[in-house]
Amino acid sequence: MKLLYFAWMRQRIGTGEENLAKSDDIATVADLIAHLKAKGPGYAAAFQNPAVIKVAINQDYADFTSPIAEGDEIAFFPPVTGG
Amino acid sequence: MISVQAEPFDVTHELALLTEGRTDIGAIVTFTGRVRDLGEKTLTAMTLEHYPGMTERQLEKIETEAQARWPLQASRIIHRYGRLEPGDDIVLVITCSAHRQAAFEAASFLMDWLKTKAPFWKVEETGVGETWVEAKAEDDAASDKWGK
Repeated sequence: MKLLYFAWMRQRIGTGEENLAKSDDIATVADLIAHLKAKGPGYAAAFQNPAVIKVAINQDYADFTSPIAEGDEIAFFPPVTGG
Repeated sequence: MISVQAEPFDVTHELALLTEGRTDIGAIVTFTGRVRDLGEKTLTAMTLEHYPGMTERQLEKIETEAQARWPLQASRIIHRYGRLEPGDDIVLVITCSAHRQAAFEAASFLMDWLKTKAPFWKVEETGVGETWVEAKAEDDAASDKWGK
């Protein structure tokens, strides 16, 4: 899977992009977040408040209950502020 | 048609491209969003981050939705990214229709949905550092009033 982080999530994690092999215990976005939160303090800080995190799978909005698959592009970001 | 670009845009030029040789367009609405000063703090600049690929995809979906809801003869969305200063243009929306109501409503819809669905994030530079702009509940409400 290709993981992307934007805005302050990118800053807290310290990278905007990384690859992660999908393990069998990661079935949904929520599973992935739980996995990432345990990777270190930057990740824990970025994913601290799930209420302010949006997720997109393959460039379309998704939910924390959405299933994920090997090869997916999964992006995490705060609520958007364009316009 | 949509564009995501760092470069400035020229409203007059964009209008000419949309309307050249056409006599069926009776109403044109143009909206330009700009970087403005913050009032209490002095804004030095603002940087817009975006998600290349998803941004274009979402803007195309929003434009397609507007065309399905209103009888538009042409439309144009340009959104800039990168470092912008107060007075710089950020976003352009143009809607063309036979009558004004559709053009006004579609332009308003495009901006409301763009603000809550297009993956851009603003970080503001002031004299005291950088601050990520937070999403506003009023923008969510404006977006929701158009339904799903």
